[in-house]
Amino acid sequence: MAKEAADVNKMPKKNPLSLQIDLQKFEKATDEEKTQAEVMSESTSFFRDGMRKLRRNPLAVFSIIVLIAIILMITVVPAVVPYSYSDIITVNGKRDKSATNMAPFTYSKMEQKYIDEGGKVFPHIMGTDELGRDYFVRVAYGTRISLLVGVFASVIVLIIGVLYGSIAGYFGGKVDLIMMRIVDIIYSLPDLLMIILLSVVLNEVLKFDGNGILARLGTNMISLFIVFGLLYWVGMARLVRGQILTIKQNEYVLAAKVSGARSSRIIRRHILPNCISVIIISAALQIPSAIFTESFLSFISLGVKAPMPSLGSLASAARSGITTYTYKLVFPAVMIGLITLAFNLLGDGLRDAFDPKLRR
Amino acid sequence: MDNNYKPNPENLVEVNDLKMYFPIKTGLLSTTPLKAVDGVSFAIKPGETLGLVGESGCGKTTVGRALIRLYKPTDGDVFFDGKRVDDRSIGALRKDMQMVFQDPYSSLNPRMTVEDIIGEPLDVHKLYSSRADRREKILHLMELVGLNAEHATRYAHEFSGGQRQRIGIARALATNPRFIVCDEAVSALDVSIQAQVINMFEDLQQKLGVAYLFIAHDLLVVHHISKRIAVMYLGKMVETADADELNENPMHPYTTSLLSAVPYPDPIVAKSSKRIILEGDVPSPLRMPSGCPFRTRCKYATEQCAAEMPKLTDRGNGHMVACWNK
Repeated sequence: MAKEAADVNKMPKKNPLSLQIDLQKFEKATDEEKTQAEVMSESTSFFRDGMRKLRRNPLAVFSIIVLIAIILMITVVPAVVPYSYSDIITVNGKRDKSATNMAPFTYSKMEQKYIDEGGKVFPHIMGTDELGRDYFVRVAYGTRISLLVGVFASVIVLIIGVLYGSIAGYFGGKVDLIMMRIVDIIYSLPDLLMIILLSVVLNEVLKFDGNGILARLGTNMISLFIVFGLLYWVGMARLVRGQILTIKQNEYVLAAKVSGARSSRIIRRHILPNCISVIIISAALQIPSAIFTESFLSFISLGVKAPMPSLGSLASAARSGITTYTYKLVFPAVMIGLITLAFNLLGDGLRDAFDPKLRR
Repeated sequence: MDNNYKPNPENLVEVNDLKMYFPIKTGLLSTTPLKAVDGVSFAIKPGETLGLVGESGCGKTTVGRALIRLYKPTDGDVFFDGKRVDDRSIGALRKDMQMVFQDPYSSLNPRMTVEDIIGEPLDVHKLYSSRADRREKILHLMELVGLNAEHATRYAHEFSGGQRQRIGIARALATNPRFIVCDEAVSALDVSIQAQVINMFEDLQQKLGVAYLFIAHDLLVVHHISKRIAVMYLGKMVETADADELNENPMHPYTTSLLSAVPYPDPIVAKSSKRIILEGDVPSPLRMPSGCPFRTRCKYATEQCAAEMPKLTDRGNGHMVACWNK
């Protein structure tokens, strides 16, 4: 025993009767080999790691591509297609009254005549509606409005919800109790009824003159935003509060307190970075729900003011001729489906990639 | 709080009659105090280690946290270096009192690099003159706890439990404290890693002269590192003595049963030693038994035990026991 300890680099001899492994078949690791074992994989930040996971998720990548294509469409189409969403098609400066309810890629008599004479007419990719307006442009504008409503509403929800939730969660105690009871009360209000009542009231109170974006959207949309600001943030507030309550319990927050860090530093450096992913995911999932609400309201004609189209109002208008002009319902419905599906899948992908609870 | 209490100037940390009650809702409007810590006193000299043992839920962690003022104690005095620790003085004392946490997974922020985690106390107290100085100080701390310099830019989740605990220790050492509360600092680690970390604690004590309050439930570990050991049961201190004295001559029946549960690596010794198995469960701290809290499980219990809580009394050589019968 003492002999072996004296010469550690020599492997002990194996007893021929022993069933143990013959240690002389092994070699001592050199110092270089020992350090090699300590080398770790490349350091990855949380964000980069999440992005890598997101890129590996085919559904998320697909929905990002779809969303980029839709955004490209709504920015490029109104600039390229020579029709406007509100005006009846004109051929060579004259109104074309025969160009109503046309099927995709067909031309009216006036247009056909003009083409025969050597003129150029931009094709109606999705046909025209019952007043003779190009449907493709209207769908593009409708998508633009729906997306705008979705993003804007979820930004409102994000700001109010995060502020309210983080105040309630961080300070806790009585502040939390009172703030959360207010949330409970708001939660119990019927939101659609509130939108309907508010838009009726706001129609009387608010008057938007001129051609600004607010005037064109109409009071219904304004009341929709207001209702989102008043009612829909409660879900986000609850989520953020819950997150902050759990993060507050972590020992690294205590460690920061022991280090002498102030509340502002603890919120900034420790609490917000650890719940930001959950906030972003839930904001991404809020967008399709807002779009869906807007479409629904437009469908029951509480949405945007005519002639401004939205996907919901287009679908609603298409309902009357559903048997004859099915394509008029199909196009906006497919757009609503694509947008909500893409945002939902993207939200799921974001959650899989960034949610700390699903990691490790 | 006793305003007339005078701390002994020899002690770095002195705790006198510390009480920490948490209000627990027991009805619609009524609350009952949960007496997590009920009248605990002890003292730690500079560069010394006090081990604090006891089973789960006996208030060890609460003592550590109230001491470092993560909780506001209900009553009692804490002195550091002769100065009373309260809401006003704690800001200046934070630099001198640090803490190492139990869970190496939740005590490091997953969104921060090792460099930023260790550098946080430096940032808070502005203990560096330039970025280069900060970096140098952090690398020095990492070397002190046995981490490689190339680990500085990594995130906590890339490390093993032992390495994470070393990061936590480096953070505690960043402000050059004189006193560190080690709250179950090795309990979550493997036995082999425990030994490494404990030896490191001892080396650091020799190098830097820090005092530890070493909280643990493993008597062997505590005996190895501590000069003195204090045993807690249900929020009260039942016995304190020098480490060897407590090990060889335990007086309180609770301490003897704790010691009998320590596993020995020698099978012959292990066979010959008899385990004292306590009957019953720990009473709920919400419904504490009258008098001595241990009387419900104690085979020596008498009527006197039920009537009055025994005081910690010196039985020679600073061996203090709170028991009527021993």
